[in-house]
Amino acid sequence: MPELNGGEIIIESLKKENVDVVFGYPGGAVINLYDALYNSDLKHYLGRHEQGVVHAADGYARSSGKVGVCIATSGPGGTNLVTGLANAQMDSIPLVAFTGQVSSSLIGKDAFQEADITGISLPITKHNFLVTDIKDLARTIKEAFYIARTGRPGPVLIDLAKDVTQAVAEFDYPDRVDLPGYRPTFEGHKLQINKAAKAINEAERPLLYVGGGAVISGAEKELRQMADKAKIPVTTTLMALGIYPEDQPLALEMLGMHGTQYANKATIETDLLIAVGARFDDRVTGKLDEFAAQADIIQIDIDPAEIGKNLDVEIPIVGDVKTVLQELIPYIEEKENGPWQERIKELKEKFPLKYEDDGSETIKPQYIMEEIDKYTGGEATIVTEVGQHQMWAAQFHKYKKPRQFITSGGLGTMGYGLPAAIGAQIGQPKEKVVLIAGDGSIQMNIQELGTAQAYNIPIKIVIFNNKYLGMVRQWQEIFFEKRYSSTKIPAPNFVKMGEAYGIWSKSVDKKSELDSALKEAMEHDGPAILDVHIPEEENVYPMVPAGAGLKDMIGG
Amino acid sequence: MTHILSVSVLNKPGVLTRIAGLFSRRNFNIESLNVGKTENPEISRMTIVVQGDEKVLEQVTKQLHKLINVLKITELDKNSIVERDLILIRVKCTRKQRSEIIQIADTFRAQIVDVAPDSLMIEATGTEDKLEALTELLRDFGIAEFVRTGTVALSRGQAAK
Ligand SMILES: Cc1cc2nc3c(=O)[nH]c(=O)nc-3n(C[C@H](O)[C@H](O)[C@H](O)COP(=O)(O)OP(=O)(O)OC[C@H]3O[C@@H](n4cnc5c(N)ncnc54)[C@H](O)[C@@H]3O)c2cc1C
Ligand SMILES: Cc1ncc(C[n+]2csc(CCOP(=O)(O)OP(=O)(O)O)c2C)c(N)n1
Ligand SMILES: [Mg+2]
Repeated sequence: MPELNGGEIIIESLKKENVDVVFGYPGGAVINLYDALYNSDLKHYLGRHEQGVVHAADGYARSSGKVGVCIATSGPGGTNLVTGLANAQMDSIPLVAFTGQVSSSLIGKDAFQEADITGISLPITKHNFLVTDIKDLARTIKEAFYIARTGRPGPVLIDLAKDVTQAVAEFDYPDRVDLPGYRPTFEGHKLQINKAAKAINEAERPLLYVGGGAVISGAEKELRQMADKAKIPVTTTLMALGIYPEDQPLALEMLGMHGTQYANKATIETDLLIAVGARFDDRVTGKLDEFAAQADIIQIDIDPAEIGKNLDVEIPIVGDVKTVLQELIPYIEEKENGPWQERIKELKEKFPLKYEDDGSETIKPQYIMEEIDKYTGGEATIVTEVGQHQMWAAQFHKYKKPRQFITSGGLGTMGYGLPAAIGAQIGQPKEKVVLIAGDGSIQMNIQELGTAQAYNIPIKIVIFNNKYLGMVRQWQEIFFEKRYSSTKIPAPNFVKMGEAYGIWSKSVDKKSELDSALKEAMEHDGPAILDVHIPEEENVYPMVPAGAGLKDMIGG
Repeated sequence: MTHILSVSVLNKPGVLTRIAGLFSRRNFNIESLNVGKTENPEISRMTIVVQGDEKVLEQVTKQLHKLINVLKITELDKNSIVERDLILIRVKCTRKQRSEIIQIADTFRAQIVDVAPDSLMIEATGTEDKLEALTELLRDFGIAEFVRTGTVALSRGQAAK
């Protein structure tokens, strides 16, 4: 067996895990690892801030379905990862983050750039490790990848004492893990499957409520079979847009706070809600005791702790979505569900998503989404920041495939979008990647323009420039009598800023100029910024006020 | 409602922090928590007494199970366990009161483990109820200090599988 140093062991272990891309930022505590990277054929992307690095790894994981890998140094390097780890944890994204730590003899002595990153990241990782002995290194990496990608995925952090990356040992990568306390369940319980099938066959108004777990599981085919076989309409959370093609008659698109009226009305009317890898988030349910109040609930989730966490369910099934649906489908009877299908059709016709357009040169944000959809044939991967623009992106574009919409759902992290778009593009090199950004959010990790330019990552950045922290302003307008406390945010000159980074940039404020500008940006060979001026006080509708029931939807 | 959980965990660094952190993060109420070695040096057993209804208990158990180093969780049935707590109490006492206090201690099968001119230290083990009764009786004399371990418990008759 070959003798390698710690840095080399990490590189070899990553290869064993089929990792070919890592995102990182160097420093003293990881200098040995960077030295090993120097001669390796792993592709390393240097970010401009560790938060950018971890979000890029996250975007990469979401677009490719693989584990995202990132590296940061000790102390501030590690603490800069915190938001990104929490973001990945909330959305169940598989990441392995390596951080440098001071040498094992110095741990606990307030040494230079020491921070207790395993302590800090404990509640925001699926698991974490501190490695102080090189003999544990390969096995720890094996376990970290296994934990990150299996069961309910999540971020795993490995903190590496500096002496471990320097030391030398034989490299022996284990082929299996031994984790007696960790055994995710994949198959559904037979009895529960039968109960679920019976309930579905007997239901008159069944509704599939599909979440991120179905995307993680890769269950789009099974979902399609199930919905089409028994003519069950499908609504998805923000995390699962596109898993069922939104141009289909049974598609109700997003439900919840800013969901479609037809999805929310169907949720009120259904007599059997089938939750598929969805976690009854408060942005979805609104007032819990009014949510799907007429329905029995089937809940399929791989995490037993999700079952009944927020709402009691009649038929829980613990297991992997794809596996469970495969087990379930043979028992589902083919059905027309005529009256229910009629009702769904009626709801879609009567309560479509809409917005006002006065025919002037004003560029409405909803219109931009429709134009992007049209221009890209609905095929682009859309990444977003957080705010109103995020909701318009969810609403006014028809998604057709899973992993086509990439967004920070659970943590709602402004500053996620730009680095995540870079990662997403690297994960899907052949797709067109469009970032829908707010003028506020994009300033939170604007430095990553440097990364996009340096590697010529051809993301198309469309800034919805309303000169406001619009989402908060909207709440102030509706619930605080327009007392716009600290939500006016004068924008910098985005064109000059883009150009300073060497990126093609253009500003538009007339509707008649949007199409050609969009075309220019999309066809530009390399990253491009389109700064689009939209009305300052446009609101996102429909809207369910926080804590209200879905029936109390306003607007739209 | 109080519940007693017996939790086997792998003896890895930080396992106590992980468990304590989970309770505070998820807003669960811990009444007491005890950690000790077991017959297997790689495994520790925690006895955790929690407050909450069945729903809370279910979430506590499921969330604990998600911790990678948690091996097994058993809710102990109060009717079929041996449950013990240890208490050390320093009671203020005059020379005259000594014999009375010693009598009380005897009734509870407690030991006098230290005698000072103006105080006695008593060591007692037993169920929570018993120790509370003892403490209550001693309160009249004035309790200078006391410390309790919190509950440890095992099922009767059979080894927890
Ligand atoms: C400004 C803003 C507004 C928002 N408004 C809305 C809104 O109107 N509507 C909306 O839907 N969301 C909205 N969100 C997002 C919301 O906060 C939640 O992130 C989202 O609703 C959660 O989606 P999910 O239920 O699909 O769960 P996810 O977070 O995607 O969780 C996935 C679930 O699937 C399970 N799972 C994972 N893998 C598997 C597997 N292999 N098999 C089975 N189960 C698995 C997990 O255990 C988990 O329970 C908004 C967010 C922001 C920032
Ligand atoms: C890091 C972070 N800080 C604060 C918030 C609260 N917040 C949610 S949306 C929003 C406004 C976003 O503004 P902008 O990016 O311009 O998007 P818009 O709503 O105007 O489309 C704010 C401040 C957040 N989600 N994330
Ligand atoms: Mg804005």
